[in-house]
Amino acid sequence: MTRVQTNTDYRLSQLDELEAESIHIFREVAAELEKPVLMFSGGKDSIVMLRLAEKAFHPARIPFPVLQVDTGYDFPEVLACRDSWVDRLGVRLIVASVEQAIADGVVVDDGKTTRNRLQIGTLLNAIEENAFTAAFGGGRRDEEKARAKERVYSHRDEFGQWDPKNQRPELWSLYNGRLHEGEHMRVFPLSNWTELDIWDYIAREGIEIPSIYFSHQRRVFERDGMLLSESEFNPLRDGETVTERTVRFRTVGDLTLTGCVESSAGTLQEIVEEVAASRITERGATRGDDRFSEAAMEDRKKEGYF
Amino acid sequence: MDLLRFATAGSVDDGKSTLIGRLLLDSKSIFEDQLEAVEATSKTRGYDYTDLALLTDGLRSEREQGITIDVAYRYFATPRRKFIIADTPGHVQYTRNMVTGASTADLGLVLVDARQGLTEQSRRHAVILSLLRVPHLVLAVNKMDLVDYDEATYEKIRQEFENFTQRLNVPDLAVIPLSALKGDNVVTRSEAMPWYEGSSLMHHLENVHIASDRDLRDVRFPVQYVVRPKSDEHHDYRGYAGQVASGVMRPGDEVMVLPSGLTSKIAGIDLYDQELDAAYPPMSVVVRLEDDLDVSRGDMICRVKNAPDAGQDIDAMVCWMTREPLRPRQKLAIKHTTRLARTMVKDIQYRLDINTLHRDQETQELGLNEIGRVTLRTTQQVFTDPYEQNRVTGSFILIDEATGVTVGAGMIN
Ligand SMILES: Nc1nc2c(ncn2[C@@H]2O[C@H](COP(=O)(O)OP(=O)(O)O)[C@@H](O)[C@H]2O)c(=O)[nH]1
Repeated sequence: MTRVQTNTDYRLSQLDELEAESIHIFREVAAELEKPVLMFSGGKDSIVMLRLAEKAFHPARIPFPVLQVDTGYDFPEVLACRDSWVDRLGVRLIVASVEQAIADGVVVDDGKTTRNRLQIGTLLNAIEENAFTAAFGGGRRDEEKARAKERVYSHRDEFGQWDPKNQRPELWSLYNGRLHEGEHMRVFPLSNWTELDIWDYIAREGIEIPSIYFSHQRRVFERDGMLLSESEFNPLRDGETVTERTVRFRTVGDLTLTGCVESSAGTLQEIVEEVAASRITERGATRGDDRFSEAAMEDRKKEGYF
Repeated sequence: MDLLRFATAGSVDDGKSTLIGRLLLDSKSIFEDQLEAVEATSKTRGYDYTDLALLTDGLRSEREQGITIDVAYRYFATPRRKFIIADTPGHVQYTRNMVTGASTADLGLVLVDARQGLTEQSRRHAVILSLLRVPHLVLAVNKMDLVDYDEATYEKIRQEFENFTQRLNVPDLAVIPLSALKGDNVVTRSEAMPWYEGSSLMHHLENVHIASDRDLRDVRFPVQYVVRPKSDEHHDYRGYAGQVASGVMRPGDEVMVLPSGLTSKIAGIDLYDQELDAAYPPMSVVVRLEDDLDVSRGDMICRVKNAPDAGQDIDAMVCWMTREPLRPRQKLAIKHTTRLARTMVKDIQYRLDINTLHRDQETQELGLNEIGRVTLRTTQQVFTDPYEQNRVTGSFILIDEATGVTVGAGMIN
């Protein structure tokens, strides 16, 4: 242990206050809900969640497993980072595979539905099979308009659906974790964090994130205004050509849908500066699945999206 | 950089969404793609100008009805502070949403339309903010451009509001004339209102002093979770995790644990791999004690000579949040700090008319969105302080045991 002196004026920085709030949420869930699980996408938000969970229970282990939905189209760098975190923390990893869910007939791949959407069914099935009563998600309210009204404890009915018109009031830091048989709670410990807070925190804590967040050389092609990675899962269409560029990813997900941006930000400090100066939301820039309609996110959330 | 949470309230069309849109825009918290989407929508709808209000419209049903009906949280930051806005709907039928938004706020922002002056709604907003003990209040007199930036109009509203708030518990009030649409006094002082000597809204938000709003004297540490690693390395480790509600705790301090009343000394305060010299609100830490006491979730750690009230009777202002009314003898679950118990309604003393402050003592029940003074009896002891002294140990929620829904919010007298 290192001995540290706290601020003599008894004030917390905003990052410390956000951290304290998130740790409180993790402990509250672990104390009141029977079988929680942490949904891990491999992205920076879920890594920050893991870090906060690690702090919440230290020196004990995190008292719940980590669930990852494997789309089959995940970046290998992301899986490597996941494994390194899971090893260090000694938490149990559960992988729910979309491929397997398709094979089992849990979800239907009609060739038109994106992997991101097939994740929903796969995820709900994994929650049901394992009888999880609470699933931590890395969603932030600053990400998207539909999220701005979502509670920290977001109640899901027995079909995993969210009813935006009928949310439980959430006052002070008094969270209500009551559930009926078959229902579960989505819990968002990062609700009040912004994208910049996440980066500031990663830089402050010096924690490991997937290498694709940093600037690197990559063979990419342009589609629908996005830069996608060359890959066997991304067959080129007519007129598309591959070039090598200096890029980084602002979000990680299904590699057939997640675009990168041209960037030379190779260190956390450079990323923080780039994000602070950036004028486009991370979703707007790089997530194909949010662009179909203005209300796309809201629709998917009702169905049980993260 | 610190954090300021504020709640906004205004009647429909007072310009709340426009004001929030402008704060986000002028602090560069709006991204190009968001702005483009809003510009496009404004064009399709045939508006003459970009409707900044669209930036904050959330759920689809609300977009259709064109009003805000639930609390929405927004974020922006300036080099001085990070801000969290709880944007709450103004209508009387959404009182519960406003109570929700105000519960965590350091500051409440009430909007009025300068042409209309104070309305019943604005008075009600001020009452709710004062009931929830939001320590700082701002009245934004909006649409000054539509009254030719007239000083007399502003003065009349200011005086009326100050008179009214004298009857309430409002420690700090600022009244700011502005135009959300034109930007006057939002970020920079307006040249159109040289008679106004106060600061712009943004300047006020950035500088309002919130550090002394916290209670650093009365130690209250609700035990949330017991940390027992059960590993070889930390074989004997036993710590009590929680968030400091108030007071400053230090290693070596003599403390008492409720309900047992047993005393011990703080052996150490841990935050991850750090041992701290002090813990204060709202830090989440783990406290270790020198003696091996039986402490569990729901217990309260305090100082020996400075303890909260312990008992099973609660006298509180309750805001009722569901359609089925609250009635005497009703049984509910109660969550107070980290303690869950059952409770029965003993009496409804009066219903507060939040427009007139009149106390209706004849009432037999509290309906949806009504606020009243209620006495409760709990199955277990709870460790409380008056809400006006401590917003953590003075607050609770009521839960319907059949549906699991949060149906009431209480502030202890
Ligand atoms: N002239 C003028 N119009 C304003 C001002 N603020 C808002 N408005 C207009 O008032 C109307 C209602 O504003 P909106 O922000 O939607 O109100 P809300 O219902 O309180 O969110 C819109 O047409 C705005 O453009 C202002 O300061 N001056």
